Amino acid sequence: MTLDGTQLQDQFEHTIERDQRIEPRDWVPEGYRKTMIRQIAQHAHSEIIGMQPEGNWITRAPSLRRKAILLAKVQDEAGHGLYLYSAAATLGADRADLTDKLITGRQKYSSIFNYPTLTFADVGVIGWLVDGAAICNQVPLCRSSYGPYARAMIRICKEESFHQRQGYELLMTMMKGTPQQREMVQEAVNRWWWPSLMMFGPPDADSPNTAQSMAWKVKRHTNDELRQRFVDMSVPQAEALGVTFPDPLLKWNAARGHYDFGPVDWDEFKNVLKGNGPCNTQRIAHRRRAHEDGAWVREAAVAHAKKKERE
Amino acid sequence: MSDLTAEGGHGAVPLEGVPAAPGPIKHDWPLYEVFVRGKRGLNHVHVGSLHAADDVMALHHARDLYTRRNEGVSIWVVRAADITASSPDEKDPFFAPSGDKVYRHPTFYDIPEDVPHI
Repeated sequence: MTLDGTQLQDQFEHTIERDQRIEPRDWVPEGYRKTMIRQIAQHAHSEIIGMQPEGNWITRAPSLRRKAILLAKVQDEAGHGLYLYSAAATLGADRADLTDKLITGRQKYSSIFNYPTLTFADVGVIGWLVDGAAICNQVPLCRSSYGPYARAMIRICKEESFHQRQGYELLMTMMKGTPQQREMVQEAVNRWWWPSLMMFGPPDADSPNTAQSMAWKVKRHTNDELRQRFVDMSVPQAEALGVTFPDPLLKWNAARGHYDFGPVDWDEFKNVLKGNGPCNTQRIAHRRRAHEDGAWVREAAVAHAKKKERE
Repeated sequence: MSDLTAEGGHGAVPLEGVPAAPGPIKHDWPLYEVFVRGKRGLNHVHVGSLHAADDVMALHHARDLYTRRNEGVSIWVVRAADITASSPDEKDPFFAPSGDKVYRHPTFYDIPEDVPHI
């Protein structure tokens, strides 16, 4: 017995309503498939490109301990990218094709990775704020209606916790150092605070796709809700660390039970997404070079496997 | 600003003008599914997939990708093309043989409360 179109649609909606998961090979509306491929692919690209800002400091980490930690963290980002490409593959997307779409600029990655890491303090701030913002985004995605994505997010969230804590610990260590080191931390915080808030995307009023994504349960909270949650979490952490955020309007609002904060510069955000951030060109060029330089390895491995099969 | 959102875990990315249909299959390495035994006494459980040129490489990649924090004591890899699966379209008829056999469950049988250990 094969189900007709209406029955398939009903079955899909019923599964979502009951908060059950959609699994590979289930019938899904074309819009859902496209949304999930785009969301998972661009998330995967973000993880892969996200290796670069911190990878920049591996050879110059100040101690063997910090180098080992940073290597493990960057390796995790590669792993996260691969879990996600694997989840995208269950929807019929091909990883090599997705890589092609990334290095030709047709698919994007999070704007945050187009900012440079000028000092080693940036490594700590990325762990604390950028990964902290990512965790705010990612924890609700562990309940995404698309099963393979939700499962990948559960693995990723477990590992992100290490990322955030190592960053914060790195900064605590620097804050116990010289005045110059403390200044480096404050400057890095000043550089990354606003881009971190931009990670949550435009205000809800300017995010018309949120409603459909929430109905499909592939997004669980709005951009503004998540941004507020992140601000509320971060302020006491900054106080404990002994740094301030570069926002004169940031203050506790007892009536709301939340911190108020100043307006985000969305023009900067749009500009970076358009490709005009400090590192856009460099990030893609590096990814392309790594992919192209590795082509002979991929071909040699196939030739070797074919030869073994014949033997 | 309708073409932007915070979709995905790492923050805001563009939505519109981004190709999202499944593209052509270009990969040069076959797809493998990975199963990991978390610890002795547990079954192997499916954890995800990866690409590798051959079986041995698939095992090594699976170790590096899925067991970076002692998540496993044993790994199986199998080419995705070699897996035969039931079709989700016919899930009801396919599983019908067990659907109407409630007498296979212990709760089907009424036993008086005062009968011990049963």
